[in-house]
Formats: sequence, structure tokens, C-alpha cells
Amino acid sequence: MPHIVVRNLTVRYDGHEALREVSVEIPDGQITVVLGPSGCGKTTFLRCLNRLIDLTDGAKVTGEVLIDGENILAPDTDLLRLRKKVGMLAQKPQVLPMSIYENVAFGAWLHGVRDKKALDALVRDCLKRVHLWDEVKDRLFAPASQLSVGQQQRLCLARSLAVEPEVLLCDEPTSALDPISAQRVEELFFELKERYTLVLVTHTLRQAKRLADYVLFFYMGELVEHGLAQRVFSEPRDERTRAFLAGVIG
Amino acid sequence: MGELTWRHCKEALMQGTMVTAATLLFGSLLTLLAVVTVKGWQGMSWAMLVRLPKSGSYLGGEGGILNAIVGSLLLAVGATLLALCLALPVALLLQPDYAGRTKFAQFLRLLLNLLWGVPSIVYGACGFALLVALGWRACLLGGIIALTFVELPIMVRAMDEALRMVPKAMKEAAYSLALTRWETMRHVVVRQALPGLVTAVLLAFGRGIGDAASVLFTAGYTDNLPRSLFDPVASLPVAVFFLLNSPFAEVQRQAYAAAFVLLVLVLLVSVLTRLLAARLSRYLVR
Repeated sequence: MPHIVVRNLTVRYDGHEALREVSVEIPDGQITVVLGPSGCGKTTFLRCLNRLIDLTDGAKVTGEVLIDGENILAPDTDLLRLRKKVGMLAQKPQVLPMSIYENVAFGAWLHGVRDKKALDALVRDCLKRVHLWDEVKDRLFAPASQLSVGQQQRLCLARSLAVEPEVLLCDEPTSALDPISAQRVEELFFELKERYTLVLVTHTLRQAKRLADYVLFFYMGELVEHGLAQRVFSEPRDERTRAFLAGVIG
Repeated sequence: MGELTWRHCKEALMQGTMVTAATLLFGSLLTLLAVVTVKGWQGMSWAMLVRLPKSGSYLGGEGGILNAIVGSLLLAVGATLLALCLALPVALLLQPDYAGRTKFAQFLRLLLNLLWGVPSIVYGACGFALLVALGWRACLLGGIIALTFVELPIMVRAMDEALRMVPKAMKEAAYSLALTRWETMRHVVVRQALPGLVTAVLLAFGRGIGDAASVLFTAGYTDNLPRSLFDPVASLPVAVFFLLNSPFAEVQRQAYAAAFVLLVLVLLVSVLTRLLAARLSRYLVR
């Protein structure tokens, strides 16, 4: 059974339909790229998967999102357990107002890792996994906001990893970065898919082609087409997908 | 005149208006400060600061205003601490994460704006009525409670604004890490909003220590230092009021000295708190 199953997911913002009857299964341990032009519901879809959509004014969500068989849209869902399992990386790196060390250690500390040595090891391990350790090991207690934007995004990734999620949602995670930082983050995703299920939103076709194992193509709130990346890119079945891939729309 | 010239003229005119307004404002404030400083300095002596009034003080004799200095500090610090204990939870409740999006929050904000506009003599009168009902006399505790209500609306509204300035994305980052609302507030929002929160406390303290009307009936006035919360207590604004009413020039100079002390106290507290906040806001994300 796949980790994430979406059934008839519909999201309305004050009557306007942002997502319409989306049903799809997201494969485990792969990079699923959510593709489509701006404003087609990609981010809305992503925010349903960790219920961050709850924070959006006027959003009304219907349908089912099953994660490990449990409908997380049910009102009695334990959001802490859900969000611990399903981590998120935002579009613009958003460090927390604390030191580099604390940014990584903080989540884990709140989730019960209180031993100083264990925390130190965790911070080192997470920072190494995002290839940031060598750049910051001498200034772990400096404010995180002093890092460059590219470093901040990797720190945000390390921070998510420290909570030990199983799924990582990434909302256009490289769009605010310079090309070199963006490339480094992309390389990280390849390493991470060994251990995590990644769902990555992008509106750049080239990035989708580089990263995707599986593709969901959204257009105007509708899941137009989904399938293995190779298949979708080489033989798109829907007219709109073809138009998007050819650069006619989007 | 061409359209372009007219737009340049308007730009110059508007900038002129802004600079004039600012000059008028700073000019009058500086004049006020200068008057208080010069006149206050004349009446100032070491004895003023460290001595209690003597029986002849109000006729131009010896004695100081230590009673009012200590009283004002006790009143304002007490009220600010008490107000802080109430204002922060209320300001947090007003955030969209809690009740901020409800009608209740809108109503509460409206009420606070209204309370902000209530003259402090009204708080004094209500406080006095309460004291009478309780069978107490005017005392330090009564003054602290009345001042707390004077300070609360400013503090809550200023804190509300400061907390709402924290970027939504930052809160979402915290929620994505599976933090509860309280953990998000406690560890992320309050930290990020700290300079604004400090400003809120300072604004409230400034209003509290400078207010005469609310403590006039509730804290009373005395030449002695209070020994307990239930003793009457003097305060600088009330001292200024009394001393300035005196026909003796000597005593009037003391009034200016008291006003000067009040200014210096507010300045000292502001500077110290700012320094503290600067140390604590090292990790702020700008």
C-alpha cells in the first residue's frame, strides 16, 4: 500500500474551486513532482498533505487523504503526529529566530530528545546530510539569519530532517535560490529519496525533468495527468499536458 | 504650467509639509525638555533626591522628594509587571492562531481602543469607588491596580501589533516542525517580536509613571515611604501638581525638579530596557 493516497480531494476558497476532485496515489521512496503553471493548485495540494491548509483563511477541504491508511483530513487527526511524519520545506527559506545549532536541534528537543550529546550528534548528522556542516561547524551558535539564502534553505532542510519525517513536502524549494545553491539542493533530493518519500512542487519544466520519478500535472485546479516521469514527458496523453510540455501554455 | 512641472511642484510641496510638521513637533518637544531641564536643574540638589519632605517643605523649607521618587517607581513598576502578566496572554489570544479571526477578537480590539481613550481620572474614580466598597483607604496596592488598568489597553494593543508583524511563513515553518501553537508562540513568535513587545512595555510604563489622575485618589499622598502595600504612597506627577500649586517660588522650583526627575527616570528605564532587548534580539530574523 502506498504511503499517500488521495481521493476526491476538493479545496474551495470562499466558493472559488482551487482543487477539483483530485484522486491519485503517490509512490513511496521516490520523487513525485507536482507540475503546472502558477495558480493551478499545486501549493494548495501540497498544503493539504500536512494540513497546513488549515491556516489558510476560508479554505474548505473535502475528500480524503490517506497516509498509512489513516484519513488525515478527519477532524480528530493528531496534527503533531502528522506533521512529525510529514515534513515541509517552504519556497522561501525561513530560518527561526535562533542560532544555527538551535534551528536544527529545536524540533527534536521539543519532540523529546533532551540528552545534550544525542542532540549534538543529531545536529552534526543532519547538517552533514545537507552538506552544510563544513561551512558552519565553527559558528554553530551564530544567528541563523547570518547565513546566505542558499545556506539557509539547506539549514531548513536539515531542520526538517532532525524531526525524522517519512515524507518531505517541498514547495518550489529552489525558486528563491541562486543557480549554484539551487543545484546543490537538487542534488540533495537525489540523496534523500533513498530514505524519504518526496513530493516536490515546481513550475519549472526543466527542474521537473531533472528530478522527477513520478509526475502529477495540474492545470486550473484539475489533476490533468499523472504517471511515471519518463512516460508523461515522452508520450503525454492529454492535450493540455502536451501544450504545457511544448511551452504553449504556462 | 506643464503636467510634469506640476507633479514636481507637488512633490516639493509635500516634502516641505513633512519637514515643517517634523520641525514643529521636535521644536516644541525640545523646548519643553529644555524648560524642564533648566528649571529643574536650578531646583535640583542631592538633598532633593535622598531626603523626605520636612514639615516646612511646602513653605519653601528644607526637604526632598524621595517619597515621590520611591512611590512612583513602586507604582509604575508594580503596575507594569501586573499589566504584563495580563497583557501578553491577551495579546497572544488575539493572534489569528488562537481567537484572532473571530468576532470576539474584533470586539476585544474595539473595546481596548475605547479603553485607551478613557481619561485616567475615570480609572482613578472607579478605583476609588472600589477601595471604598472594600473598606480600604488609598494605598500602594490601590494605586497599582488603577494604574494597571491605565496601562493595559496600550500594552495589549501595542503587543498585538508587534506579534502580528511576525511573518506568517515563520509560524508555518514552526507548525511544519510539528510544534503546538503554544510552542510556536513561546519559542518563535515571542522571540521574533521581542523588540516590539519591549516597546509595548515601555510605552505602558511611560504612561503609568507619568499619570497623576489615576493615582490621586487610589494611592493618596504622604510624606513618608510606604511600609506595606496597604500604606498610602506619594508619586512624582502628584508631587508636581501639589508643588506647582504653591505660591512660593522656592517650592515651584522643586516642582520642576520633580518633573525633571520623572523625565530622567523614564529615560533611564528606556535606555536600560533597550540595551537588554538589543542583547536578546541577536537572533532576530530581519
